[in-house]
Amino acid sequence: MTEAIKTPKIPPEKQILMTVNGDEAVAYAAKQSLVDVVAAYPITPQTIIVEKFSEFVANGEVHTEFVPVESEHSAMSACVGAAAAGARAFTATAANGLALMWEILYIAASLRLPIVLAVANRALSAPINIHNDHGDAYGMRDSGWIQIFVENVQEAYDTTIQAFKIAEDERVLLPVAVNLDGFFLSHTLENIRMLPDEEVHKFLGGYRKTYPKVKVDYFDEEVPLILNPAKPLSFGPLDLYDYYYEHKMHQIEAMKRVPEVVREVNEKWYELTGRKYGDGVLVPYGVEDADVVVTVLGSTGGTVRHIVKKLRNRGYKVGTIRIRLFRPFPHKELAELLKGVKVVGVMDRGISFGSYGPSFLDISTALYDLKERPLLVNYVYGLGGRDAPPEMIEKMFMELLEIAKTGEVKEKLRFLGVRE
Amino acid sequence: MSMLEVRWHGRGGQGAWTASNILAMAAAIDGKHVQSFPAFGPERSGAPVLAFTRISEEPIEIHSMVYEPDIVVVLDPTLLKSVNVTQGLKKGGIIVVNYEGDIEKLYNSIGISKGEYKVYITPATKLALDILKRPITNTAMIGALLKASKLISWESLEEAIKKRFPGPLAEKNIELVKKAYELAREV
Amino acid sequence: MAELRGYKELPIGAVPFRLSTDYKTGDWRALRPVVDHSKCVKCMLCWIYCPDMAVIWDGEKIIINYDYCKGCGLCAHECPVKAITMEPEPTE
Repeated sequence: MTEAIKTPKIPPEKQILMTVNGDEAVAYAAKQSLVDVVAAYPITPQTIIVEKFSEFVANGEVHTEFVPVESEHSAMSACVGAAAAGARAFTATAANGLALMWEILYIAASLRLPIVLAVANRALSAPINIHNDHGDAYGMRDSGWIQIFVENVQEAYDTTIQAFKIAEDERVLLPVAVNLDGFFLSHTLENIRMLPDEEVHKFLGGYRKTYPKVKVDYFDEEVPLILNPAKPLSFGPLDLYDYYYEHKMHQIEAMKRVPEVVREVNEKWYELTGRKYGDGVLVPYGVEDADVVVTVLGSTGGTVRHIVKKLRNRGYKVGTIRIRLFRPFPHKELAELLKGVKVVGVMDRGISFGSYGPSFLDISTALYDLKERPLLVNYVYGLGGRDAPPEMIEKMFMELLEIAKTGEVKEKLRFLGVRE
Repeated sequence: MSMLEVRWHGRGGQGAWTASNILAMAAAIDGKHVQSFPAFGPERSGAPVLAFTRISEEPIEIHSMVYEPDIVVVLDPTLLKSVNVTQGLKKGGIIVVNYEGDIEKLYNSIGISKGEYKVYITPATKLALDILKRPITNTAMIGALLKASKLISWESLEEAIKKRFPGPLAEKNIELVKKAYELAREV
Repeated sequence: MAELRGYKELPIGAVPFRLSTDYKTGDWRALRPVVDHSKCVKCMLCWIYCPDMAVIWDGEKIIINYDYCKGCGLCAHECPVKAITMEPEPTE
């Protein structure tokens, strides 16, 4: 949810009103972010992003080197090379394309390359499906990428710009995946406010041209962490059991610093534009006095909030938390917010087959240490683009309110909107 | 009314989504919050398709399809035989159809009786053929829609059309919208 | 062997702290190429084929850089005049 500040640095009337779909919003954001290299391969529902960006390239509106590769594996590989050479690199994909990137995702993260990837979330095959769920994003959960989920087209624009700021922060230096729901956001036109180009440039500090320094034995001085023939470094050559584990610790440590940077960037963006998304990490609504809280990722967050408002007007003590930052997962913060809640419904637009929905696993972990734990129900929903209408969400809340009354969870894993 | 929902019925290639987008763009220029999206599917020329527009004074939080529209716009009268265009339409809602001919027949093919809904017609195909020389009825139907409901301003609509179409094509479409508006009538 | 370092002492980005040329891969070698300069016609095919850039032209003749030659034998195999032979590493 966006909250309005009284006097943002750039007042709304100085911002540019656009009516664009989520994909176009991401493309404009990447354009304004002075991206040096885009390497991409088309796949629905992401295609519009790079299609639009290639228009900017063809029109000479950007300085970007556009690399039309032959697969997503190559797209991410080219981004790895570009980012290691010091470029600001961007790509976009979805579903099966993301799966094909999988190997290189890990490499991008472990080489600490601040690549930004837009994922127009789509269900994985088989059967082939072009529509939205979070199976693709959940599949890259453990790759070492920061994962942010957005709720609407405005947030897709805002977050794409923020992603570069977060990724390139010296405390972070990790790639960021910006997740926007396929079709529900990628192909949905909404009115958004864009910043003037120069304001985005200022926000990001211009082109990517400063790099963190590292110390190696063969140079007296610290050297920039990029491929530079004058100050050569090797990226990611062989580690055996002697050093691999230590290098993983670097990623573990960096992930710990991400939430504070996400919060800072959210706050800076708020001062600049008047828009913020909770604290950047979690977007709670109506949680303070709630007996029942529903957690959710992505565009369904708005629909859930809509129902929460409706039910609260009718006197029900319900609330919701939209999880904006999914990796690293805000365990502590969630536990703090959910303390004292009677029942938590966890919505997952995906499942770990043979287990629960991925966000449910994290939330269970988060709540384990509470003295009085809320009851938990996992709601899997919306697979393969199955719609999540307000009525369905209202029914889910009624079920959870009943559980709050009886204190009895009959089924811990529920499947919403599926035919038997 | 806090939020207005429009459902567009057309065939692949007739521009239902474009019409929805232009309407949304115009409403956004008017200062409204908007959403416009197709009933997503693989594009198939000629197949029945749907598009949806939401227009609201408040920010739109819902991201799901439209199930109970306030207004239904039918770009192609041949759809009336195969598609139930009134499905979910709010009581007393508006139906705008590209149609010329016998009114009783029209009511029969929609499957409604007089007084159930407000029905508007305009000869969009004929006008589009006259002005655009092609049977693209989407902008004409926005004109007819405006007759039925003042949900956007003329100035914003013209601006939106100019944004969507290059130079002379924009002028033609504006002419078409105006003509379709003039000839639109409640039946 | 030097003491292994902890992660706080290592550069990030999976970047090794030593120069890659410090790793003398020549000690992987079981057979070593030996050049008979009386047969060599200086066609430089060995220089082209060597995957480790361990064949060096010193201005008059080729020499093998035994610090990095892994003994793969490609040079000997490709030599059109059989001027390179693979011989056992000296044991002392």
